[in-house]
Amino acid sequence: MSFISNLINGLSLGSMYALIALGYTMVYGIAKMLNFAHGDVIMVGAFTMFTAAATLKFSPAISIIAGIIVCTLLGVIIEKIAYKPLRKASPLTVLITAIGVSYFLQSLALLIFGSNQKSFPMLFNFEPIRVNEDLILKSDSLMTMGVTILIMVALTLFINKTKTGRAMLAVSEDKGAAELMGVNVNKTISITFAIGSSLAAVAGLFFGLTYGFIGPYTGAMPGIKAFVAAVLGGIGNIPGAMLGGILLGVIENLSKAYISTELSDAIVFAVLIIVLLVKPTGLMGKKINEKV
Amino acid sequence: MALLEIKNLGISFGGLHAVDNFNASVEKGCLYGLIGPNGAGKTTVFNMVTGVYKPTCGTIHLDGKNLTGKNSIQINKQGIARTFQNIRLFSNMSVLDNVKLGLQNQIKYSVAQGIFHSRSYKRKEKEMDEKAISILKVFGLENEYNYLASNLPYGKQRKLEIARALATTPKLLLLDEPAAGMNPNETGELMDTIRFVRDEFDMTILLIEHDMKLVAGICERISVLNFGTELASGKTEQVLNDPRVITAYLGE
Amino acid sequence: MKKNNLNIHNLITYGIVVAAFLFVSILVWTGNASRHLQAMLVPIGLNIILAVSLNLIVGFLGELTLGHAGFMSVGAYAGCLFAIKYAEILPTAVRFPLAMIIGGLVACVFGIIIGVPVLRLKGDYLAIVTLAFGEIIRSIIINLEFTGGASGLKGTPQNSNFYIVFVVIMITLVVITNLVNSRAGRAICSIRDNRIAAESLGINITYYKLLAFVIAAFFAGVAGVIYGHNLSILQASVFDYNRSIEILVIVVLGGMGSIRGSVIAAVIITALPEMLRSLADYRMLIYAVVLIAMMLLNGSQKFDKYKGRMNIGGLFTLLKNKKSAKEAG
Repeated sequence: MSFISNLINGLSLGSMYALIALGYTMVYGIAKMLNFAHGDVIMVGAFTMFTAAATLKFSPAISIIAGIIVCTLLGVIIEKIAYKPLRKASPLTVLITAIGVSYFLQSLALLIFGSNQKSFPMLFNFEPIRVNEDLILKSDSLMTMGVTILIMVALTLFINKTKTGRAMLAVSEDKGAAELMGVNVNKTISITFAIGSSLAAVAGLFFGLTYGFIGPYTGAMPGIKAFVAAVLGGIGNIPGAMLGGILLGVIENLSKAYISTELSDAIVFAVLIIVLLVKPTGLMGKKINEKV
Repeated sequence: MALLEIKNLGISFGGLHAVDNFNASVEKGCLYGLIGPNGAGKTTVFNMVTGVYKPTCGTIHLDGKNLTGKNSIQINKQGIARTFQNIRLFSNMSVLDNVKLGLQNQIKYSVAQGIFHSRSYKRKEKEMDEKAISILKVFGLENEYNYLASNLPYGKQRKLEIARALATTPKLLLLDEPAAGMNPNETGELMDTIRFVRDEFDMTILLIEHDMKLVAGICERISVLNFGTELASGKTEQVLNDPRVITAYLGE
Repeated sequence: MKKNNLNIHNLITYGIVVAAFLFVSILVWTGNASRHLQAMLVPIGLNIILAVSLNLIVGFLGELTLGHAGFMSVGAYAGCLFAIKYAEILPTAVRFPLAMIIGGLVACVFGIIIGVPVLRLKGDYLAIVTLAFGEIIRSIIINLEFTGGASGLKGTPQNSNFYIVFVVIMITLVVITNLVNSRAGRAICSIRDNRIAAESLGINITYYKLLAFVIAAFFAGVAGVIYGHNLSILQASVFDYNRSIEILVIVVLGGMGSIRGSVIAAVIITALPEMLRSLADYRMLIYAVVLIAMMLLNGSQKFDKYKGRMNIGGLFTLLKNKKSAKEAG
């Protein structure tokens, strides 16, 4: 495969990571917590679409919308039940709770769908685009990238131009002050989880289309990678998550193509470590000085 | 030569001159006050002297040794100890352990001796306990030695912080608003304690304080900071009667 | 006075472990221990060692790491490779302890290599970087020839048993407890409580962070060697971040900074999935629900009244406070 097609596949994978990383980073920015269960929301999204399309024979559009709705609701419900009571608890308690939620979603999926991988229905059937002999563009890669760019533009506009978006920025800056200024903190956090989880559902769709198979533990590794991407870009920083996700996808795909398939994960993690050692708060993270 | 010699000290954060051209020389055994309105840069001076911030210009000498640009750990080892404006105790540890941490570099034994609870561990621990209790006694905290630091009332927490700083056997003690949040009775008691520490330990003390009664009562010399620059310095009485100082505090 | 209380507290912890050991030994000798129970003893013991050592970093130093399984794997491979090489040459009584020491020391070396650059990161950043290191170690082991690669390392003599694990547990407990109650341990705890104040007292933060990290890595390495000697095949895939998380869950559930809590939580968390075996497919689900419920009860404001009761270390503090209140009143 040519360098260009490897690069494009990397960009497509990176777009998927970026979508997941956005959820991580938005939740981190606002609730100051690592939502370890975020990766499993991807899996829930993918399984919902699978059930709607393959089992219930709904049309692709309806299946996708169902997946997004289920994930959005799931994100809000998880926040209400598991994280909201712990707003003032130690970060470690919240982290373990998130891990508990992650186990819960995985074992629930295991119970319902079994441990065998399910083949994800081909919701779209576009022909690959042949540019020339060496360069064949997979249409789902192009779609992943296109949709991700659209979502990122929309999200940036939403956050900077709408009242709700600015409320999100205010809450992530200073929860107490935002509350005093009349921002409904609970609502804002719910909306953040809703947006993050719906993005995860979209990522779940792309995961299914790209790999063709889904299982109960499908979300775990992309979740961790997206978490790495969010930290790489500077956790809590939205453009950082986009940049981190795309970089990660490209690095992963190029190392798979040119260095070693087995070591590609190790290379991705090594890049994270090197970046953090040079810039301890990530590529676009702000330096925080502790006041003495 | 003075014990602490600060020359032309300055720092800026992103273009803002927080402290500019600050000079002070604190003689051995002196009780020196640093006063000024909120945001004048007093704590910033402390943070530079103790190595929390690196000054952008100027020098700091203690006992003739250049301390400029050294980190907090090195500066403490050179003989400067401090307390903090917002109390920084080891809150999940006992009062005794807080003071013993101040003794960390005075009474030593190796990690292995600690793990195997060797004889030298037992001897040195006992020595630390005794030393710590004797310091706690100065502040009337010896009966609370087994309390968690966070369970002490506010005034006692401030005292414990001074006790802990003293345990590092400094040449110079920096107190950042030691009377903040204390009632007049406690403040009076604290003034006696500070004087006692100076006399008993032959200590040089530099303190930041807003309570003018305390400053006028115990400080021999003071410097006044305003907007990061030095407004006046000298004998306490003279400075406090300086019209410029009165204007800075009360406005035009 | 205070010292005595402390000693009694530690002796009770040791006593609990010894009593549990004797009880189980009697069950085994009299033939009353089921195969399931016997098979669980070494894993339980390993989790005790891992949790108590991780508690040094998470509970006492106050830093979050997700790479404990990485140290475990490095130790396991180093110790087992040694044991395989000298299986015919050295008698078990010499080889196995030596393998444990080698595994521990190699883990220490990795602790230093990883700790020196990484320990200036804080909080979540440290967590993700240690997780990353754990995953890198795993990937590399899988891709090496001499470690047996993805198919695993075979041929380690199966020398692990419940008695050896017990001895190692006791050593771990005594070393960590004594360390925590010494000059170095105080310095480690002071970094957790207030780093800036610790620096102002001239305490060498970097050194003590690294010390805690390296000592914890040592015991993780030793646990790895025991693990390797317990199975006929050693596979790198078991040392993934989920294994690190499992140990972290034990530490948090047992109460951070409570050694006794870690011990008890290790027993419960390791045995729970086994005890739920009859529920078959539902056991992981129940485990997850129990975990979430415990955390909610532990950290939620609504349940403040019961606070501390849902983690094991807190339970002891609560009982102790009641007792001392009784004595005072």
